[in-house]
Amino acid sequence: MFTINPFSELAGFISPMAMQAYVIVMVLLVVGGTVLDMIHKKSAQYFFENSKKQQENATRTVSSGEKASLAVKTVASEVLTSSEFSNPRRRISHLFTMYGFILFVATTAIMIFGYTGPGAATPVILPLLWHLGALMLCFGGYWFWFFIRVDVFSEGKLWYHLARADLFIVSLLSTATFALLWSFFQAIGVQVADTLFFVLFIGAATVLFGGVLWSKFAHMFFKPAAAFQKRVTKADGSVENLPDLPELTDPALQEKFPDIPEYMGKNPPNMGQGIKRETPNHY
Amino acid sequence: MPTFVYMTRCDGCGHCVDICPSDIMHIDPTLRRAYNIEPNMCWECYSCVKACPHNAIDVRGYADFAPLGHSVRVDRDEEKGVIAWRIKSRSGDMDLNLLAPITTKPWGQAIPQLADEAEPSQEMRDSQLLYNEPKYIRFDDGDIHTLESNGLTMKSGVYY
Repeated sequence: MFTINPFSELAGFISPMAMQAYVIVMVLLVVGGTVLDMIHKKSAQYFFENSKKQQENATRTVSSGEKASLAVKTVASEVLTSSEFSNPRRRISHLFTMYGFILFVATTAIMIFGYTGPGAATPVILPLLWHLGALMLCFGGYWFWFFIRVDVFSEGKLWYHLARADLFIVSLLSTATFALLWSFFQAIGVQVADTLFFVLFIGAATVLFGGVLWSKFAHMFFKPAAAFQKRVTKADGSVENLPDLPELTDPALQEKFPDIPEYMGKNPPNMGQGIKRETPNHY
Repeated sequence: MPTFVYMTRCDGCGHCVDICPSDIMHIDPTLRRAYNIEPNMCWECYSCVKACPHNAIDVRGYADFAPLGHSVRVDRDEEKGVIAWRIKSRSGDMDLNLLAPITTKPWGQAIPQLADEAEPSQEMRDSQLLYNEPKYIRFDDGDIHTLESNGLTMKSGVYY
């Protein structure tokens, strides 16, 4: 199962051209949905107005070279390692889901565009990565769904409680789960189940990529932009009007607040975690 | 009007939901981010503002005492054990940076244990004073403050 390209057997029933057209339509739906979402929510407008407002409070100018370096840092940290999540479980689950999704989608596209023609022999690595991606996605996604989702964890809702915010995760998990089931039943030769799970896989994938306007899919593009803007506010000194808080041992701070040694000691110790030592599930 | 959440900063972690004493910070079912479901019932205790790990919550104070254009932001840092405030007036004349320890005793010590206190007597239940009033208000052994005890009288009309 793990070394067979499921799309090459599918090419006997559906032409490779149709499969490729479907992939292109899905890409267009994502792009179009994101643009529509941005227009509907006016997020781009809000973003630019917000950054103009922050610039008024800036204490220094950030050069374009520095902005480029901040963009690289945003990609390296917030995008590639999901560092914005302070909850370690959520961060790990998100990494599995994100990289699983990337592997799954990339290998799907490569196999459909490169290895569905007559006589095409798919390199073993591609279906292996396809299945690995789907499995990683399922692992991270189901972990999130049953244990980490904030409605369940902090608000005490039951795991089967559905809201519109769940459109993305449900369609994502359905796509990966049905894809794996389709591949399994195709490999063991059960025609009816093979067809059923293929139809469900395509249905879930269409909901996933077509539902961008209504789901949180587009957040994966918005969050890096927000993270970049946050770094810029730190660099230009506006810091969203938050107080500047250097280390307590900083001599300038000790001069400004001479009672720090009295309340915190001459070399203030790390007092450790207070409310943050407990997870937020006291509903 | 009280607390609101910057949706671009919130990641829906649930800390504010957990800590709100009025149980009015909840998760939006469409965005899965936090929001204040009942600003009328918010008493601006700032618990959610301080608990948010991303500083995604701000307070829009009432206009009669916090005019539009002001900014009051707080950063509670547990690793350093301090809480820092920044208060900017709308004219821009004032930009205060304040710093205070979160607690002057180490974590987990000197927590009042109400279960160890004696039960209120019938006299205490019948009286109009709340638990440990007037001691906790006066910080001395005097009786509750009244106009008469402070040599004041009520005058009708408005005097500014």
